[in-house]
Amino acid sequence: MTAPDFATARRPGSLNRKPTSPRTLFASAMTVLSIFFTLLALIPLVAVLAYVLANGLSRLDVAAFTQLPPAPGLGGGGFGNALLGTLLTVAIAAVISIPFGVVAAIYLSEFGRDTRLADWVNFFTNVLSGVPSIVIGAFAYAVVVLTTGTFSAVAGGVALAILMLPTIVRTAAEALESVPNDFRQASIGLGATRLQTTLKIVFPAAVPAILTGIMLAIARAAGETAPVLFTASFSQYWNTTIWQPTATLSRLVFSFATAPYPGQQELAWTASLVLVALVLVTSILARLVTQRRHK
Amino acid sequence: MTSRLQSARQTDSIFRTEDLNIYYGNFLAVRDLSIDIAKNSITAFIGPSGCGKSTVLRCFNRLNDLIKSFHIEGKIYYHDQDLYASEVDPVEVRRQVGMVFQKPNPFPKSIYDNIAFGPRLLGYKGDMDELVEQSLKQAALWDDVKDKLKAFGTDLSGGQQQRLCIARAVAVQPDVILMDEPCSALDPISTLKVEDLLQELKEKYTILIVTHNMQQASRASDYTAFFNVEANSKGQRTGYVVEYERTEAIFQSPKQQATQEYVSGRFG
Ligand SMILES: Nc1ncnc2c1ncn2[C@@H]1O[C@H](COP(=O)(O)OP(=O)(O)O)[C@@H](O)[C@H]1O
Ligand SMILES: [Mg+2]
Repeated sequence: MTAPDFATARRPGSLNRKPTSPRTLFASAMTVLSIFFTLLALIPLVAVLAYVLANGLSRLDVAAFTQLPPAPGLGGGGFGNALLGTLLTVAIAAVISIPFGVVAAIYLSEFGRDTRLADWVNFFTNVLSGVPSIVIGAFAYAVVVLTTGTFSAVAGGVALAILMLPTIVRTAAEALESVPNDFRQASIGLGATRLQTTLKIVFPAAVPAILTGIMLAIARAAGETAPVLFTASFSQYWNTTIWQPTATLSRLVFSFATAPYPGQQELAWTASLVLVALVLVTSILARLVTQRRHK
Repeated sequence: MTSRLQSARQTDSIFRTEDLNIYYGNFLAVRDLSIDIAKNSITAFIGPSGCGKSTVLRCFNRLNDLIKSFHIEGKIYYHDQDLYASEVDPVEVRRQVGMVFQKPNPFPKSIYDNIAFGPRLLGYKGDMDELVEQSLKQAALWDDVKDKLKAFGTDLSGGQQQRLCIARAVAVQPDVILMDEPCSALDPISTLKVEDLLQELKEKYTILIVTHNMQQASRASDYTAFFNVEANSKGQRTGYVVEYERTEAIFQSPKQQATQEYVSGRFG
C-alpha cells in the first residue's frame, strides 16, 4: 500500500513557472548565448551574399547573358558563352555520374550489403570524396585532354563527373537504405523478385531523396574551378561542338576578377552573382523535392 | 506425437512438417516440429514471445531465406511437395503463400496500385479494375475506399491499412495466407473487423495466424498450436510445440499443464 503514502507526502504545490528560479535563468541565458553564436556564424554568409550582390548588380543586364566577353580594356559584352559552357559541362558530368552513381548505390544498398566488394566500393567512394579537386582535374587532363588532343567540354564534364560521383553514391545509398524494410518484405512476400522489388518499390520510394543528392552534387560541381581549369580550359567564343575549349562561369570569374580592366572586373562580379544564384536555386529545388516527400 | 497429428488431420492437409529444426546460425530457434495444417481452416499459433511462432510461420513462404544465417533440418511439405527442395523457386512459393505482417505495410502508392502490384507482377491479363474491386470487397474495405482509390494507401487508418494489406495479399489469389500478429497494431474495433474477415476468407483460403491474443485464437481459429520455449544447457532458448489440437480442446480440455496455465492466463 504505497500509493496513499505517496499522495500525502507530495501535496500538489503551485505549478506556475518561477521566472527567477536558477533553472529558468540558466535556460534563458543559454538561449540568448546560442542565438548570439548562430548570428555570428551567419555573418560570413550574409557578407559574401551582400558583397556579390552589391558589386554584381551593375552589370546584371541582358547583354551579360547573351554576349561574348569584351576584348581586354573594353566595356560592355557578357558571359553568354561561359554560362552555356557551365550548363554544358555540368550536363555532361550529370549524364556520366548519375547512372554510375545510382547503380553503384543500388548495389551497395540492395544487393551487395555486407559483401567484400561493397566494403571496397564504400572505401574508395570515401577516398574519392577526399581527393582534392585539382588532382581530379589533373587526372582528367591526362586521360581526356592528352588522349583527344584538345581541351573540351567533355574533359571538363569528366572531371566534374568524378567530383560528383562520391556525393551521388553516398546520398543515393543513404536514400535507398532509409526505405523501410517493411516495403521490401511486403514486395518479396507478394512474390516479387529482388530486382522487381528494387525497381518497383524501393527505388521509386527513394527517388525524391536521390534527386536531392544529385542536385546538391550538381550545385557543388557548377561552382568548382580547379577541375575545369585545364580540362575545359577557356574560350572567348561560343561553342559549336563539345570537343573544343569551353568557357565556364567559374573559370571566367577566375581570369576576369584579377584582370586589370574595370569592364572585365565588373563582369566577373556579375558572373559570380549568377553562379551563386545557380547554386542557391539548385539547393532550394533540392529542398522542395525533399519537402514534397514528407508532406 | 502421432495421436496429436491424427486429431488435426481431419481434413486434407496443406502443409506438413516432419521433425523440423530451425536454426539461425548455431542457434536452434525451434525444435522437433511435426505438424499438419488443415486445408480451408484457420490455424492459430499462440505462445509467449520469442518461442519461434514468427520463425515457423515464415518458413512456410520461405521468407526466412532472406536471413543469411537461417537454415533448417527436416522437411516441410506443401501439398506433398518438398518446400525446401533445391528445384523449388522461393518466388513461386510466395505467389502461392501470401503474407500479412504484424505492422501494416502498404506501399507508398495509391490504394489501387497497392492492390494491382501483385497481379501486375504475375502478368494478370484480366480486368484490373474488377480485380481491385473484388479484392477490396473480400477484405471488407471497398465501402471505405471506393471513392478514393487514387489516395495513398499510407494515408488510411491503421485498421484500414491492415485490411488493405489483406486485400493486396488476396489479389494474387494465393492458396494460403500467413498472418503474423495482424491485429497487434490495431484498435479493438478494427481487430473485430479483421476477425470477421478471417471467417469469410477461410472459405477460399487456408489461414495461419500468429496471435498474442488468447480470445482471438479461441474465437477465430479452428486449430491451435501452443508453443513454448525452454532453455537448454547452453542457455539457448529453443521453442517447441507443447500441444496442437482443435481449438476447443486447447482451450477447454488441454492435456498439458503448461497449456492449461497459458490459456488461463497464469503465465506468459
Ligand atoms: N533474424 C534472426 N536472426 C537470429 N535470431 C533470430 C532472428 N529472428 C528471430 N530470431 C530468434 O529466434 C527466436 C524466435 O523468434 P520469433 O520467431 O520472432 O519468436 P515469436 O514470433 O514467437 O515471438 C528468438 O529467440 C529470436 O531472438
Ligand atoms: Mg513474432
